[in-house]
Amino acid sequence: MDLYTLSVRQASDLLQTGEITSVALTSAILERIHAVEPTVRAHITVSEDLALQQAEAADVRRRAGEQVTPLTGIPYAVKDCLSTKGVRTTCASKILEDYVPRYNAAVIDRLADAGAVLVGKHNMDEFGMGSSCENSAFFATHNPWDVTRVPGGSSGGSAAAVAAEMTPFALGEDTGGSIRMPAGFCGVTGVKPTYGRVSRYGLIALVSSFDTIGPLTRDVADAALVMQTIAGHDPRDSTSLRAPVPDYDQTFTRDLKGVTVGVPVEYFAEGIDPAVEAPVREALAVLRDLGAEVREVSLPHTHYAIPVYYLILFAEASSNLARFDGVRFGLSSDGADVLERYLHTRHAGFGDEVKRRIMLGTFALSAGYYDAYYLRAQKVRALLRQDFDRAFAEVDALVAPVCPTPAFKLGEKVADPLTMYLSDVHVVAINPAGVPSLALPCGFTGDVPPLPVGMQLIGRPLDEATLFRIGHAYQQATTWHLARPSVMR
Amino acid sequence: MKPLLEYEPVIGMEIHAELRTRSKMFCGCAVTDTTVAEPNTTICPVCTGLPGAMPAVNREAVEQAIMVGLALNCHINEFTSFARKNYFYPDLPKGYQISQYDFPIATEGWVDVADENGAAHHIRVRRAHMEEDTAKLFHVYEPREVDYTLIDFNRCGVPLLEIVSEPDMHSVEAAHAYATKIREILRYLGVNSGDMEKGVLRFEANVSVRPVGRERLGTRTEIKNLNSFRALTLATAYEIERQIAVIEAGGEVVQETLGWDALRNVTFSQRSKEHAHDYRYFPEPDLPPLSIDRPWIDEVAAVLPELPDAKYARFVADYGLTPYDARVLATDRAVADYFESAVKAYSGAPSSVAKWLSGELFYLMNREGVAIEAVRVPPEALAQLIGLVDAGTLNQNSAKTVLGEMFATGGSPEAIVEAKGLAQISDNDQLTAIVAHVVADNADQVAAYLAGKDSVFQWLMGQVMRATRGRAAPDVARQLLQDALEAICDEHKGHFDSEAKAK
Repeated sequence: MDLYTLSVRQASDLLQTGEITSVALTSAILERIHAVEPTVRAHITVSEDLALQQAEAADVRRRAGEQVTPLTGIPYAVKDCLSTKGVRTTCASKILEDYVPRYNAAVIDRLADAGAVLVGKHNMDEFGMGSSCENSAFFATHNPWDVTRVPGGSSGGSAAAVAAEMTPFALGEDTGGSIRMPAGFCGVTGVKPTYGRVSRYGLIALVSSFDTIGPLTRDVADAALVMQTIAGHDPRDSTSLRAPVPDYDQTFTRDLKGVTVGVPVEYFAEGIDPAVEAPVREALAVLRDLGAEVREVSLPHTHYAIPVYYLILFAEASSNLARFDGVRFGLSSDGADVLERYLHTRHAGFGDEVKRRIMLGTFALSAGYYDAYYLRAQKVRALLRQDFDRAFAEVDALVAPVCPTPAFKLGEKVADPLTMYLSDVHVVAINPAGVPSLALPCGFTGDVPPLPVGMQLIGRPLDEATLFRIGHAYQQATTWHLARPSVMR
Repeated sequence: MKPLLEYEPVIGMEIHAELRTRSKMFCGCAVTDTTVAEPNTTICPVCTGLPGAMPAVNREAVEQAIMVGLALNCHINEFTSFARKNYFYPDLPKGYQISQYDFPIATEGWVDVADENGAAHHIRVRRAHMEEDTAKLFHVYEPREVDYTLIDFNRCGVPLLEIVSEPDMHSVEAAHAYATKIREILRYLGVNSGDMEKGVLRFEANVSVRPVGRERLGTRTEIKNLNSFRALTLATAYEIERQIAVIEAGGEVVQETLGWDALRNVTFSQRSKEHAHDYRYFPEPDLPPLSIDRPWIDEVAAVLPELPDAKYARFVADYGLTPYDARVLATDRAVADYFESAVKAYSGAPSSVAKWLSGELFYLMNREGVAIEAVRVPPEALAQLIGLVDAGTLNQNSAKTVLGEMFATGGSPEAIVEAKGLAQISDNDQLTAIVAHVVADNADQVAAYLAGKDSVFQWLMGQVMRATRGRAAPDVARQLLQDALEAICDEHKGHFDSEAKAK
């Protein structure tokens, strides 16, 4: 048995019965990374020594009869925007190329407490700015299903690593689809939790109002398990919500009787690739067979989502990225005076897409433009939220494609940022609304090799449980989530 | 040259006050005396702006801000929120300062002040808002080497309250009185030490002038970084004169930000309007709006200490103090508390306590540079001392000596009187004998007195005091000396008369 193929729950059971050790499991994962990394290029950093130490500690904890959790001894890796104490954290940017944090993000602390084993840091679009993982300052990640294609972004490294079985689970970060889009492109399960459900403390911010941290896994059951550990209020993140986290396993059901799902007509409108639409429609049929009622709903302000999302993104990102000034950490370039040092540092440290967004955001916030851009965007954002509120008065969840197309070719959209921005049209509206969304595989295209197609389930604020219930029931009735990219075997 | 027109200055002030909380505005780091603490010892990921660190509002700072708002008669806004003020500078680690913009915690207040000439001024407070202090920069200039700058982040993130007045001051004196009053109130509330030299209180003044009678305001300039009352007074006075001179010369005042050169006593241009910062304010997305409900405000109001003006009025009404004494004792909360504790322990008139406290004890405190909090004489002991004077046990002079001893050693008045044998001598027989001695030993001076040189009487009194080491009850001694001298005079006269008769 190849240990790296195990899901979180499978591995957890074997650790529990003593059939395997965390050191063996972690070693298998590290070997798998070494074997596959040259092809997929998912990792910026592999913290091998630290991982083996943590694995050893997990085994000791278990042998000593100390309290263990389902994640004790389970290896994982995270998108490189999460602060990890003693492990380089780059955000895939030159400006943080050598930055080693002095503290852990809240989610890393929670996973460490649970006994999980950190093996490395995943590639991403620089500071989360991109939809293909090509905006990494270091290298592009390749889609394990077809290495000539992108894995999606910005959590591309994390999705590719889960798909290529380089980790049982990963933590990604989703500002406007950055977990769901690569999950869709790579055929894995990804959760964008409700805004405020998971502490952002220690997450290097892209857009403070939208950023969420969530798991990428082989299936919904694993995603729920990881969420069970990382969700909940944290006083260090003032935007984190004081709401109890239900026991997700208790909400799983075989069928979906009594559940109503909505199909937002706007998400199936023009521009959607028939190769994507067909599997999502088939998934709706499966949900209906499981007992769910399916009906159409409307989210009439959807077409404002992209401008609202990007305006707020540019503005907040321009401010969030101001701290990268070369004074206290990261890249620091010389200059004749303070201003020149700033200019040289930021010129050398940031990639083109980052600079583009900082400039747009600075402009959008400047005197005389604030009202027309940022303030207006926040007002329209309220309309987007209202759309969802109205829909959720009628239905328990919405079903939509993750992306209008399957994974595109590496280099295909690099020259055209606007087309790249539009590739996240179906995922970005969710973030301004703050609602949770679960992406999961629902089929393949007819391409050679075939490419995964993803759907997303969108839920009421804080109601991840319903999404897990629907997703889990769907995965009990289907096998799409069990498929693995054969090229890697 | 005397100006052609008469001008009226218009001054508004911004006062930055550090709040004396235990921890910083948005993190758990301790607030330290940054003039003393080892640099960069009370810092963390939040206040040094490390990537991913997030702010959390310090409840104590909010409560102190509410206290100040209430003390300045402000409206406390139940909806208040933070905003980012974006600009680059090495003392600002995040590249933005978390401040308040659209929704400050307190608005529309006022204070009444009297300036040094006794003129009253009603000054409106536009707003008070919470923000975080910046780090401290130390520029190191090394000849022939590369200059560099050191940064101390201990101060970074310390809570600041910015109090913004309306342009309601029309003289340097009014501005000074307003700043003094704000400092007094902050100290009273215990939210700021008022130590200007430690930089916990900083002033900025907006100054413009206009011909008397004109409604429209003149162009204003803003003088930054006034870190003492002296700088505030000199800089505003200088700026008023400068603007008048510019206008009189047919020129126009330019809107700009000025610095104050405390060595040459001039203002200098720092930034023109064209180069003014665009701070790109927007709501701080890492902090949800803060709602301050009525019960919370009431809770803070309930523990709000009595403020100087109310205390002053009460001291006059309840203790019968003169307005002057009441003002002197009510200005500082610790002094006022000391006074009231002493009054409570004293059975006589509160004005006696006021006299001893503001006279003799203040004299000792000034001479030794000791603040009231550090004085070793408990208020009850001062009351006892005054009681000894009232009972005739001590005369004024001995009492001063005893107080000096109490001040130096912390001893009780009775013990010092006992140990030093300072109890007053008011016994007639004892003093009569001493007076007789003095008169007998100083025949020449007595003769001079008898010859009409009245001032010698004081000298003779001095001799009596010296003989008793100052313990003679002065009234008794004076009477006895007078009696003794009159007796000699009579005798003398009798002798003279008989001599004349003999001739």
